[in-house]
Amino acid sequence: MIVRITALLKKDILLELRQQHTFYGILLYIASTVFVLYLAMPESPDGNVWNSLFWVIQLFVCVNTVAKSFLQENRGRMLYFYSIASPVEFIIAKLLFNTILMIIMSMVSLLLFFSFLDNPVTDSLKFTGIVLLGGTSISLVFTLMSAIAAKAQQNAALIAILGFPVILPQLLLLMRLSKAAFSEVFREGAVLQLSGLIGLMDMLVLVMAVILFPYLWKD
Amino acid sequence: MRKSWWKILSFLLLVYTIAGGFLLDVPKLFILHETIRNLYFHVCMWFAMMILFIISFVYSIKYLRGFSYRNDLYAKNFAIIGSLFGILGYATGTIWANYTWVTDQGQSLAGILKEPKLIGAAIALLIYGAYFVLRGSFTDMDKRARISAVYNIFAFAMLFPSIWIIPRLVGSLHPGAPGGEGGNPALNFKDIDSRLRMVFYPAIIGWTLLGVWIATLKIRIELLRDKSMVHE
Repeated sequence: MIVRITALLKKDILLELRQQHTFYGILLYIASTVFVLYLAMPESPDGNVWNSLFWVIQLFVCVNTVAKSFLQENRGRMLYFYSIASPVEFIIAKLLFNTILMIIMSMVSLLLFFSFLDNPVTDSLKFTGIVLLGGTSISLVFTLMSAIAAKAQQNAALIAILGFPVILPQLLLLMRLSKAAFSEVFREGAVLQLSGLIGLMDMLVLVMAVILFPYLWKD
Repeated sequence: MRKSWWKILSFLLLVYTIAGGFLLDVPKLFILHETIRNLYFHVCMWFAMMILFIISFVYSIKYLRGFSYRNDLYAKNFAIIGSLFGILGYATGTIWANYTWVTDQGQSLAGILKEPKLIGAAIALLIYGAYFVLRGSFTDMDKRARISAVYNIFAFAMLFPSIWIIPRLVGSLHPGAPGGEGGNPALNFKDIDSRLRMVFYPAIIGWTLLGVWIATLKIRIELLRDKSMVHE
């Protein structure tokens, strides 16, 4: 099982390396979004605005990053995967790949935010950790949404419609948690509690994906 | 008669709710005053919504177990009526908030919408909105039923932890918030006066039964319309 998951993961990474235009496309998307923000903001925004903007941008970056993961697979190729791998292996490989991709993109956008929009974050290391956690959570949810939207033969808009209400609780928790990196004093253990909660919800998404994906996959 | 006892029960309970709700004695409380009677309507709407969504969720699971068109129809209609009750819950809540939070505590309506409990309710309505959009985007019936069942189950599984968890983490104006004790998502059950209970509990049952009744009517109409689809 692990062999097949790694093989599928390798295939996705190889595809990404061969068709670099999509990868650079998303990078450019992030860069231009942050640049627009930079121009739209008259002065350096304060911590709260910065934080909310950052997470909203993450959301849109994720929609664009993850959207193509299922849309690019055409019918014939899906049929081929169907014959060589089980749906559980397939979805785990996709989830892993999208998480890796999203983490890279999160890091890039974090760097751009730091360089363009000042840096109101007091504890950068902690914030980076939170961004890693957040990137993972968002990408997991949107991978499954992308699988659903792909079945409806729809574009990225449907992914956003389906995914936003589902990700909202986690996003609120993440925004709350990020304030720990903005020198807001938290109750003892609250940071751990919040991150644990987000982690638990990630686990829930994973379990649901593994249970539900086989039903999406059959045609 | 044997089959329709619960419809009669629903009718009687609702008559009792409305008559008793407006006429029986209620505790006199600061700020709330007589608006406390809205408890029999507002809170019951959310209870009915939750129960209807749970029924919809169960039918989605049943659909995925047997792929019977009938179960999909049940899941869809219970979700529709659940959303209807959600909207009614918002409507009754707005009236209530208008007389308590806005006037007496100087809150604006826009500020109120950020209440954690309202966010939970908004997420629920958005999720079911997305569910109907998703249903609409399919032309193939089996595919529609299958994919939307998957979304229904997933969204429900994500929604309910958040409705139960987030209100317990953040403070709020809404009754049952932490700061008091417990932090129940709906209200603090220990606070309810026994005079309120007398109407409140029957009201929950009555409104929920009404929701189920409306949903079953819709289902029966659709079943008649698509008789050819359902192979019994």
